[in-house]
This record gives sequence, C-alpha cells and structure tokens, in this order.
Amino acid sequence: YGGALKAAILIQQWFRRYMARLEIRRRYTWSIFQSIEYAGEQDQLQVSSIVLLFFTVLSLPDLISHVLDPNNDFMNEEAKLAKYEKIEVPDSYAGPRLSFPLTVVHTNALLSGFKQQQTLHPRYVLQLLHETKKFLKHMPNIIHLSTTYTRQITVCGDLHGKLDDLLLIFYKNGLPSDENPYLFNGDFVDRGKKSMEIIIILFAFLLVYPNNMHLNRGNHEDYIMNLRYGFTKEVMQKYKTHGREILQLLQDVFSFLPIATIIDNKVLIVHGGISDFTDLDVLASIERHKFKSALRLPKLNTDDSPDKGKKRVQFFSQCIGVGGLNKIQTTFQSNGFLPSSNNCSSFHTKQCKPCYSKEKDVMTTGDEHHPPSQTLFNPSAILEVPFLDSGINFVAEEPIREELEWKQIVDLLWSDPKNQNGCIPNSFRGGGCYFGPDVTLRLLKKYNLQLLIRSHECKQDGYELCHDGKVITIFSASNYYEEGSNRGAYIKLGPDLVPRFFQYQVSKYTRRLTIQQSVTAAEGSALKSLREKLYAHKTDLIAAFKDCDKNNTGRISTSDWASAVESVLHLDLPWRTLRSRLVKLGPDGNVDYLSCFEDLQIERSIKEVTPCLMETLYRYRTDLEIIFNIIDKDHSGLISIEEFRQTWKLFSSHLHIPIDDEAIDDLARSIDYNKDGSIDFNEFLEAFRVVHKLDSKEN
Amino acid sequence: MAEEREIAEAMISEIHKKITDAFDVFDHEYNKTVDVREIGTIIRSLGCCPSEGELHDILAEIEDEEPTGYINFDRFLPTMTKVLMERRYRPIPEDVLLQAFEVLDQEKKGYLMPEQLTKFMSEEGEPFTQEEMEEMLSAAVDPDKNVILYKDYVTMMAVEAP
Repeated sequence: YGGALKAAILIQQWFRRYMARLEIRRRYTWSIFQSIEYAGEQDQLQVSSIVLLFFTVLSLPDLISHVLDPNNDFMNEEAKLAKYEKIEVPDSYAGPRLSFPLTVVHTNALLSGFKQQQTLHPRYVLQLLHETKKFLKHMPNIIHLSTTYTRQITVCGDLHGKLDDLLLIFYKNGLPSDENPYLFNGDFVDRGKKSMEIIIILFAFLLVYPNNMHLNRGNHEDYIMNLRYGFTKEVMQKYKTHGREILQLLQDVFSFLPIATIIDNKVLIVHGGISDFTDLDVLASIERHKFKSALRLPKLNTDDSPDKGKKRVQFFSQCIGVGGLNKIQTTFQSNGFLPSSNNCSSFHTKQCKPCYSKEKDVMTTGDEHHPPSQTLFNPSAILEVPFLDSGINFVAEEPIREELEWKQIVDLLWSDPKNQNGCIPNSFRGGGCYFGPDVTLRLLKKYNLQLLIRSHECKQDGYELCHDGKVITIFSASNYYEEGSNRGAYIKLGPDLVPRFFQYQVSKYTRRLTIQQSVTAAEGSALKSLREKLYAHKTDLIAAFKDCDKNNTGRISTSDWASAVESVLHLDLPWRTLRSRLVKLGPDGNVDYLSCFEDLQIERSIKEVTPCLMETLYRYRTDLEIIFNIIDKDHSGLISIEEFRQTWKLFSSHLHIPIDDEAIDDLARSIDYNKDGSIDFNEFLEAFRVVHKLDSKEN
Repeated sequence: MAEEREIAEAMISEIHKKITDAFDVFDHEYNKTVDVREIGTIIRSLGCCPSEGELHDILAEIEDEEPTGYINFDRFLPTMTKVLMERRYRPIPEDVLLQAFEVLDQEKKGYLMPEQLTKFMSEEGEPFTQEEMEEMLSAAVDPDKNVILYKDYVTMMAVEAP
C-alpha cells in the first residue's frame, strides 16, 4: 500500500510540473501576441498620421481629397435611396432578399443564408445601411436602458469579424428579440473574415427590434482602422462594383453609432474605458457623427478671406504631439518643402488650457500629469504650418472645443484599465489613456454608478475583472490570436445587476482539444510571429550582437543576447524563457546568435533592393499597404508610377533611408510588370512576404 | 581562487535572472509581487518538481507572517536561488515514472483502465482536481481501445517537454 501511495504522489507531482510548464508556455504565448499587436498599433497610428499630413500639405487635394472630404457626393438622402432601389437583383441570385421594413423573416433568412456562405446582394446592403443610418441618427450619444421590462440583458464584447462566435452566442443564448435584449459593445469588424456578415446581422436586428437591440461604437468602427486591419479589403473583395459606395456609407453609419450605454442608471458600458477627463454631460451633448475617425485629418475649405496668401493648416493629432511635430518639420525641411531658416516661423505649438476643468486633478498642460517627455499626448498641441504663396486654400481656425470633444470620444473608445492609480496616456495604443482604480472610483461616484463594463482587450478566459470588481472586460471573439488562444464570453445582467458570465470557444475540431494541443498550436503561431519580428530587425540585431562579441566567435552569453534583443525590439518579453525556442545553444552554453535567422528567408527578391532595404520594407509592409490603399481611390489595387514614386520618397525620408531618385525609378519600372504605367501594389507587397523554411519543407 | 569565485558569481547571476524572468511572467501589476497561487507554477517552470507537500514547505519559508495572498520577490529570490543551487526537487527520470505506473498495474497487463486511474489519482496521494483528471485522461486514453497504454503515454510526454 505504501508503494501505491508513493507511486501516486510521483505521478501527480510529475503531472503538475508538466501542467505548470504548459501554463508558462501559454502565458508567454499570450504576452507575445499582445506585445506584437500593441507595438503594431502604435507604429501604425504614428506613421499614418505623419504620412497623411505630408500628403495633405504637399501632394495637394487631388491625391487624397476623397479621404479628406468624403462626402463630395452631393446627392440627398432620397435620391440615394432611389438610386439603390434601381440596382437590379438578378433572378439567379440565391441569397437572402430584403424588403423594408425588415421583419424577423428577414433576419432568419440572413442567418441561414450566411450559414451557407452566401453573400448579401449589394443592393440590399446599401438599403440596409441607409435605413440603419436613418435610424441611428435619432439615437442619443448615450443610451439609457432599463432591466425592469425584461428579465435580463445580454452584453457581448468584441467580435472582430468572427461570425462563428456570433452564431455560437445566438445558439447558446437565443436570438435577439423583445424578450431577449442584447447589447454589442463595439469592434464588430476588422481582423476576422466575416465582418460584413456580422454587421449586416447586427444592423438587421437593430431595425427589427429597435428597443431591444443596442450597439456601442468601438475603436474599429473607424475607416482608417479598417484600412489597416482588413475590413476595407474584405468589402472590396466581396463587392467589387459597389464596394466603395458601401464603404462611404459605412463611414456615416459608424459615426452615428452611440458611444455609451447606461443600464438602470447604475452600469456604464463603453468600448474602451474612461479617463480622468471623462465627462458624461459633455459626451451627451457632442455631435458625435462629426468624428469619423480617431485619426484627425485637416479640413479643406474654400475660404474667401482676404488673406489668401497666408493660410494655415491646423492638424490635431493626439498621437503626434511635440516630438512628432519636430520630426515632421525636419522631414519637410530636408526635402526642401520648407525653408530651413524661416522668416515665418514654421512650426509652433500652441498649448491651451482646457477651460472647463472642475477639479484640480483634471489634466492640465505639460506639467504634473505630463512630464515633458509625455507632452507627446497633449491633447491641445496644434500644428500650424504657414504657407506664403501656395495658392492653396486651407481652413483657418478650428475651435478648441472640438478638440476637447474629440478627446472625450477617443478616451471612451481607446482607453485600458491598469492596476496602479493614476491616469496616463496610453502609449501602447497611441490613443486614449491607462486609467487606474482611483479614476474608476471617482467617475462611478461622480455619476452615482456602480459598475463599468468595457471590452477592447482580449482576455484568455473571455472576461476579466479588475479594480476590485468595479470594471469588467468582456471579449467575445474566441481564438482571437490563434486557434486555442482564448475563450469568448458574454454577460447576462438582470434587475439585480449582478453579472453572470458565460464562456465558449469555437473549434474547428469536433473533439475538444487538450490543453496541451491548444497551447502548442497557439505557441507555434506566436513564435512564428516573433521570429518574423526578429528577422525584420536583422541588421540592427546583428549589430547589437556583434557589439557583445568582440572576438567574433558567433556566440554570446544568454544575458547579453537577452539585453540586445530587448534593446532593439522593445517588446518587454521574457527572453530568457523564450531563448530555447528562438536560438541554438553552443556546447559551452552560449547563444549562437545567428541561428535565429536561419529558418527564415524572403521569398522573392527584387535585385534593385539591397538586403537592408528589403528588411525595412518588410518591417513597414503594413504601413505601406495602408498608404497605397489610401491613394488608391477606386480601390482597384493599382496606383500610378508617379504615385508610387511619391510614396516612396515620403517613406525613405521619413525612415532616413538614403535612396536616390534614379533608384526609385528603377524600382518602379521593375515592378511595373505589364509595363502599362501602373503598379499592382499587392503584388509588390507580396515580394516581401517572409517564408519559414521549415514550413515549406513540410509542404 | 578568484576565478572560481567569478564563475560562481556569474552562475548565481544567471540563476537570478532566470528566476526574475519566470517571476515577471506572473507579475501582472509590475510591482514585484505575484499571487501566492501562482508560486507552484513558477517554481515548476524553473525545472523543479516538488510535491504539493514540498510546495507548502517552500511557501512557509517565503510567505509573510500575516499572509496577504501575495508573495514578494525579495523573499522569493533567495529561497528559490538556494533551491536551484542545491538542485532540490529534481524531476523524476522517465524509468522511475514508468515504474510508478506499473505499481498501479498489479496484473501486469501493460495498460490501465480509465476508471482505475481516475479512482487512484483522485483518491490517493495528493489527489487530482477534476480538471487535472480530465486533462490527463484526454491525452492518455487511447481513443480506439479506451485504455491507457501508460508506457506510450510516458514516452510521449517525455518527448513533448522542451
């Protein structure tokens, strides 16, 4: 018997160690996904805003006027509707057919149609969006709901185009109806491949059950985000002829989505979070539809003022701030777009005190809350760029109030909670704040609330509580990073306002994966992404490694390796724990630092491009893609050689890559595969896809 | 002599960094504390294989007099360093593990029935939770024959661990 007891303990002890190691792998897999995701977001917002400004100032309205002034099209609403009604739906079309007003017959048809992989005909899409916009226009910014008439409200978080998750929720929890109200807390689109289907379903239910179906706006209900995170692409692929019109209409629809919901005057629900600046009264009064994107763009205006010769562009960006402004100035000067010594002072930032502050600890300018290095996020930094003789008309002043209103909204849609007290700018995301438990308490107390429900962050279990239970994060896209990475969840809230959580996970396997299988799958994917990151910074990394390897042995200590990697990548990951998965060890226990690049190669090389440039292109692939997409007004996938050259010039000066005009021309010509003066930029970007050699060996 | 000391210091320094890395993974608030319930995972991830009883002993050393539910890094580091330097709680070799399974297989059939293993693991020694039991069964039970071929299981698990 003693033997059996000992045997049992041995097995249990060994198994628990095994599970612990799985848990560590799961954790760092998670850290990898999150840090890469946030690093990408931060990069993207920074680069895009600089780029857009550059284009606005230099390339003049033509290039991106359609972005600056999206509603060039002056048809009124009735005329548009009539136009949609004229779109013919062929008899051969087998998908769902809609007629208005919508009924439950239509929502059922949509659900079953989408389950069978059908696509809704563009005419119905346009009509649906039109009706949705009409409906949303009458909604207030903050919706007030009550649980007294219904038993429970179901609150769902981010879906990000994962239709399977939505269908699973409906399966487990029932379809929306007057007896079964739902609130979806933003981020319906981007990343997943069925964003269109999700919003069609959500909007349809919105029209059928206007009192019991509610939607909050998320930070991805934003056309600039959509350019980067896949929704624009999805729409253009599914709707080649009408895609652009659908996207235009969606911009409006998104901007009319309510930004917050309050249940029973006690529970506040917003997509991102709050800041110590959040003022629900101001929020209730804003004209929310003016804010189409978190990324503010300058407005173009015909201005008849007498002082035409000396106009100024005002450009607000929470992401640029003082550091960014200086960068732009240098870029412009080095390109000859601005004289280096200015009679008219080229840039100055005007810092304004918010004039509404009620409490002392509301953000002021540049001091207690924002030490100089952090004025990057000063909401009131205004860039003014005077032009002496441009002959271009730009708008004059924008009221400060609008800037503050914009910040109210961005804080609501972009902020994240943190565990320490205080409120600091959210440097990871480049927008919104990190808010601590004190900020939550203060806000809840101020408005006599008891709970804040938000989404915006992926959580392994689908939900997470923080701030002593006063803040709940709810996230409804399971397997967000990778198959097996996390569960999704939803909350049911009854009149007692005690949240009940329900979790689920979509699986493409019929048998439930063991923890070990799902961890291994997710880990594989995370490590792949991480290796690509390493590869993208190869030159800088090798330089850092060689610094520690004076004798050129090809090996350095683990310690040195970890410090070097962190100093180049800035990802704050447990490099020692990850080491064995990323590099080979020599017999003396030291790291063979070149081994982490062995497995990867860039698929097709363009001979005009040096390896270093190749690497840079690979790193900024996504940003280039965004810019190309912005320039490509008709979303054809093609841009002209001239446009390509301009983009290239901007990029190379922004990134300080020395490349002369001739080299650019060579590059452009070599990419113009069919010699017709236009470049298929998707093909161009494909050239920078990194291949993992092990994968291709397996294939 | 001085060189030996240098090497020893370097080794300790590396151990410290390893421990810090593992600790940081669970330090969600970035204030050098972790939830006490995660200590077992941290220790095991550093290569140790303590039983639950041994884990309790370690905790007794590092917890504050009045347990707060959190463990401070300052108390964790010295204890853990000693554990690693003394090579305590080493994992059992594969053949010993196999023998442990064989003890359960009194009839020497070469396999165990799921119910047998479940009863044993959930009642004897330091019993499994339901979750732990399910996880072991999901990987160990041969889906066709509905038995646990423990030799194969042990071999497979040994290969998995990086």
